[in-house]
Amino acid sequence: MATEAQAISSDWGGGTLPYRVGHRKLGMWLFIMSDSLTFSALLIAYAYARASNVWPTPFKFYPSIVFSSIMTLVLLSSSLTMVMAVSASARAQKSTARKWILATALLGVTFIVLHMIEWRHLISEGLTPFKLPAEWAEKWPGSTPLFGATFFGITGMHMFHVATGCIYLLVVSGRVNKLKHEDVEISGLYWHFVDLVWMFVFPMIYLLSIDMTK
Amino acid sequence: MTGHAETEEHFAGSNKLFISVWVWLLLLTGFEVFLGYIQLPITYMLVILMGASIIKAALIVAYFMHLRFERLNLVLTIVPALVICICLMLLVFFPDSFRSRELRSPAPVKTPVEAH
Repeated sequence: MATEAQAISSDWGGGTLPYRVGHRKLGMWLFIMSDSLTFSALLIAYAYARASNVWPTPFKFYPSIVFSSIMTLVLLSSSLTMVMAVSASARAQKSTARKWILATALLGVTFIVLHMIEWRHLISEGLTPFKLPAEWAEKWPGSTPLFGATFFGITGMHMFHVATGCIYLLVVSGRVNKLKHEDVEISGLYWHFVDLVWMFVFPMIYLLSIDMTK
Repeated sequence: MTGHAETEEHFAGSNKLFISVWVWLLLLTGFEVFLGYIQLPITYMLVILMGASIIKAALIVAYFMHLRFERLNLVLTIVPALVICICLMLLVFFPDSFRSRELRSPAPVKTPVEAH
């Protein structure tokens, strides 16, 4: 009993880090928990809406799926550059870390540009959050306009995270000399989370909506 | 899982490890895209894609987000709560989606445009 009390007081009595991480990093983890529930709710709502409606499956393997696969490759590679940045920062190689962080932000911007091109293409076809293109409505009769709402809602929310991540990374790269290693690691946590979310968005939104009609 | 708070190095894992995780993530993504290419029936697609995505998410969290090398109490604070919360959401919506499938709007063949 006494040893248990001792253990508690030593870990939770103040002045120590019970989780062996700083308060900022713990804060980021808690933020990631809440944000992953936000995305889970969005994706589950999408799946539910999709199951209860006639759903259009408009993406041709080429070009749509190939294009979104390239976007996935860009985002996955940005996670690798970010982990390299954190690794360099752990070895106190600040300038190397800065270069890797900038490379990550650049890949993030590339992802946004590619995504914008895709959005523009779909909007020009006539897709809006409230309306399907006439061609789709004809091809999948009775299909729901919710496709647009879920597509723009989920990918838009994800793109917003990528955009804020890019700004965050640029700020971190500018101040990398002043920041502690753990601060660089925290920015990495956020970036990897954005990548993780795409690992669910890509199959659910794109790969499950491949146009199988000839 | 290891509590190496006393040491200076807070970031375990070598670059080689991270590159191999990245290669695995690429392979799994390639596999998913291949399933789309061969146009597997959608129910198989859903099950396999979700399985692959969970493996990918676990790889990212464990290695890129470094959770595998954190203290066990941090892992237990974060992971079970999330898993339970998401399962609870699915507990209601997943079975109900089968019911709502039956409530879909009538077959489109009957629409006036088609009849005409």
